[in-house]
Amino acid sequence: MGYPYSHPSEVPILSKHFGDPEARTLDGWRARGGYEALEKALNMSPEEVVDTVKESGLRGRGGAGFPTGLKWSFMPKTKDKPHYLLCNADESEPGTFKDRELMRWVPHQLIEGCLIGAYAMGAEHVYIYCRGEFFEATQVLAKAVEDAYEAGIIGEDILGSGKKIDLTVHAGAGAYICGEETGLMNSLEGDRGEPRVKPPFPAAVGAFGMPTTINNVETLCAIPHIVANGGEWYRQWGSEKSPGTKLFCVSGHVKRPGNYELPLGFPLKDLIFDVCGGMIEDRALKAVIPGGSSVPLLSAEEAEGCSLCYEGVVEAGSMLGCASVIVMDETTDIVRQVTRMASFYAHESCGQCTPCREGTAWVTTILKRIEDGRGTEDDLDTLVEVTDQMTGTTICVLSDSVAAPVQSSIKKFRDEYLALIRRGERVGAA
Amino acid sequence: MTEKKTAVTGPPLEAGPIDMVTLTIDEQEVTVPRGTTLLQAAQGAGTEVPHYCYHPGLSSPAMCRMCLVEVEGAPKLLPSCTTTVADGQVVRTESDDATRMRRGVLEFYLLNHPLDCPICDQSGECDLQDFVFAEGREHGRGRDAKRVLGRDDFGGDVLFYGDRCVMCTRCVRFMNEVEENPLLTVVDRGNRSVIDTFFDEGLEQAEWGGNVVDICPVGALVSKDFLYKARAWDLEHTASVCPNCSQGCNIDLHTRDNLVHRIKPRTNPDVNGHWICDYGRATYEWLNRGDRLEAPVVRAGGRNTAMGWTASLEALKGRIDALADGLGKGSVKAVVSPFWSNEDLGAVARLIETLGGGSIVFRSPRADAEVALKGFEGLARRKDLTPNARGAELLGYERVGDDAGQGGLDELADHDGVVLVLGDALDDLPEGTAKNAALVVYFGAYTSLALISADFQFPITTFAEQEGTFTNLDGRVQRFWPALSAPGAARPAWLVLGALSGALRDEAGPSRADQAFALVAQAVESYEGMDYETIGAEGVQSNASAPVRGD
Ligand SMILES: Cc1cc2nc3c(=O)[nH]c(=O)nc-3n(C[C@H](O)[C@H](O)[C@H](O)COP(=O)(O)O)c2cc1C
Ligand code: SF4
Ligand code: SF4
Ligand code: SF4
Repeated sequence: MGYPYSHPSEVPILSKHFGDPEARTLDGWRARGGYEALEKALNMSPEEVVDTVKESGLRGRGGAGFPTGLKWSFMPKTKDKPHYLLCNADESEPGTFKDRELMRWVPHQLIEGCLIGAYAMGAEHVYIYCRGEFFEATQVLAKAVEDAYEAGIIGEDILGSGKKIDLTVHAGAGAYICGEETGLMNSLEGDRGEPRVKPPFPAAVGAFGMPTTINNVETLCAIPHIVANGGEWYRQWGSEKSPGTKLFCVSGHVKRPGNYELPLGFPLKDLIFDVCGGMIEDRALKAVIPGGSSVPLLSAEEAEGCSLCYEGVVEAGSMLGCASVIVMDETTDIVRQVTRMASFYAHESCGQCTPCREGTAWVTTILKRIEDGRGTEDDLDTLVEVTDQMTGTTICVLSDSVAAPVQSSIKKFRDEYLALIRRGERVGAA
Repeated sequence: MTEKKTAVTGPPLEAGPIDMVTLTIDEQEVTVPRGTTLLQAAQGAGTEVPHYCYHPGLSSPAMCRMCLVEVEGAPKLLPSCTTTVADGQVVRTESDDATRMRRGVLEFYLLNHPLDCPICDQSGECDLQDFVFAEGREHGRGRDAKRVLGRDDFGGDVLFYGDRCVMCTRCVRFMNEVEENPLLTVVDRGNRSVIDTFFDEGLEQAEWGGNVVDICPVGALVSKDFLYKARAWDLEHTASVCPNCSQGCNIDLHTRDNLVHRIKPRTNPDVNGHWICDYGRATYEWLNRGDRLEAPVVRAGGRNTAMGWTASLEALKGRIDALADGLGKGSVKAVVSPFWSNEDLGAVARLIETLGGGSIVFRSPRADAEVALKGFEGLARRKDLTPNARGAELLGYERVGDDAGQGGLDELADHDGVVLVLGDALDDLPEGTAKNAALVVYFGAYTSLALISADFQFPITTFAEQEGTFTNLDGRVQRFWPALSAPGAARPAWLVLGALSGALRDEAGPSRADQAFALVAQAVESYEGMDYETIGAEGVQSNASAPVRGD
């Protein structure tokens, strides 16, 4: 069942029960086969669970696409210190709205995934870090956690296995940077949400200084299904390098925006024109951001043959990121869109690194000036050079994220900038 | 091909065998202990990688991004302050990428920096000024209005010029990690970030807060006391030892026009690291006092007469010779001040020995409690508020009086032998003190009401006007150098007392400080084998037993 729309091309696994309020409840979840995968995992050895996840080829859904099984295997096997699993539910990347729906509709699926992950990595405590603005999702999740504790699914003796795993839902205070894994750890510990310098990596020194793994909500939601059905099963969808299904968050100028669970490798063109019902008022497509605001824009031509898997989007000239597809039609003022994104990053920069702190703000100022019709052609060179200096030079990649939309738009839509600078012409103003 | 040089450097060695690593920095081969950072290794090889957030006394957040260097094989530039050395590593601090990046970072700083160097106290010793001058762009590209944050009184001696801040967070980290009294914080984020205090509580609650002014790499944190007093380049720096407590923090006296303008910490990992306390820093005005004795004064016929050194010392020798027969053993009572050096204090003992012996006491003001710097073990503003009480004790002198450094001298009133006073102006005693004494001699820096009618008053220099040593409470002997020229005819006490003892013994007194120290080293067991020259600028631990903590 899709939400709010569904489409026959979908392969609803994680999103199967979207829109079904009963699936939210513990009994409803159990009636739908819930917690059977956990039961199964508890009867496997932790190594077997990790191997199953490795076999599935599941890649992290938080944006970087790092192989999940491999990440899990980095956790030390010895247990002289507490281990932690963190679930990243800070979903704040503009264009992304899948984790929220997963928590709202199928909270127990996430809890189950967390418990299996914790078991596989010997973690004694799971923290789900929820974005501060997710009031409803956090409440739904907190209720589910309470019920699962009462039913003995979380806590001292999970499902009578003798295993003890605790789970805490932690609400953030609303900051994009707290979604960066180490920024999240600082925030969880009560410090400013500032990303940490790596190394040391979280598997060695993570939350509270202990070995830690952090995974995205969607990543963990896929785990119960993989454990229940096996790694090979998961590989029936997607490509060799991008197995499985993925939730695509489509927004922008399409007729039916929303979340769609599709096999990886699905054609971008079909997503827009078939699954989402095409462009609003059938206007022409101008550009697509395929993976959330921090990846380069694709022009309509580049989007044409783009296949929505990790390697396919790279080939087309961008990145899959968290598969947040922002569709823009011919009426879109690209300069304005990019300015809006840059100002988001300027607002969200934690401010530690000089290139990011000053650069995000400077880029925004220049873009605003161009948008106001007070730009010069030199400004475009400055923008490219400045964003270059912001790339690969900072503690986290928030800084790099500004370069993507700015540089790609100047490259692909230079005419729009020049029209504004030279003649004050603005797209869509008429 | 440049010649390969090998430099050995690195962090303090830890116990156990040291694992050494050899790498190449800017074509120069360097061997350092494993665990050394690239920045430290480069420093040892004579290359200073520009940086703002890194400070050797604090944690390294690697956030200013100035110290990025190229490491062969690494996909990106790496922060040299946190990246540690590896065998065979090839590091380039001057590669095109690294220099381009530094130029970029500097440009970012200047976007919002006011560049008010002409009226900025930091000018001349500013890391932003220096690095921009060395490597910055000739012309800025910023065309837009600068961010204005204004000024804030941070409390204590500290004033904040927000616009000049480069957000290195050194100040915040100092308060968190070293003073362990988190009074400063970063407020807001992104380029709205600003350093601030919490509500109405500021650095007036700190005891070591002045250090944030020293470590601020720019003119964002400045001293209210020093504000607009002098330009950095007009100040002379003289290595010295803080005279304000028995910890003996290493300092530099910054002077101009023969006045001390400020005290700055001088790094010494064994004593005070990079830090000094607010009390020590603020207590320097006494070095600039104007009420100085400037010429020897001899009292005759109820009148004080200024004289030259030769005549006055001869007159004193004449008085002593005349008294000699009448002087019983142990009839000298001396009061000395632990604000004076080992050489000065030691010379008193020698003179008294020549005069047939007597007692020597000292008084020192003492605070109720220590003020420890929690994050730096072994460093505290000590109870004893003088620099050389331990030196006086090791010489065998007895502490008398109360914690205000007063009283304890009742015996002087009836004493009919000789009274010698060095340094202590006896401010708590009335005019005409020791009027029953056969002879009263005052070797002092300041005019003393109590001793206004002493038989002899000799002008001596303070520690700031001479060289010499103090012994701190741990028994560490530390040298200082003359920072000010002496007023009038004032001379070091050891020179004057030495000349007098010499004349009485028919031998030459010491004419240099090292000779004066050698005499002290002979007399004090704890200083056995110590040599003035080898004490150097960082001091040497004597054999003195560990002190009673809390002194
Ligand atoms: C600025 C920034 C923001 C991020 N925000 C999120 C986020 O909101 N949710 C998320 O899951 N990952 C986010 N990430 C990615 C995480 O750092 C991390 O890679 C991810 O949580 C790992 O989980 P995965 O391996 O399951 O993808 C962000 C990264 C950066 C640099
Ligand atoms: S890149 Fe930006 S957001 Fe990331 S740590 Fe640095 S300042 Fe913070
Ligand atoms: S902080 Fe440095 S660069 Fe800035 S005004 Fe002061 S001296 Fe000039
Ligand atoms: S006030 Fe000075 S020390 Fe503090 S963050 Fe700013 S520049 Fe750094």
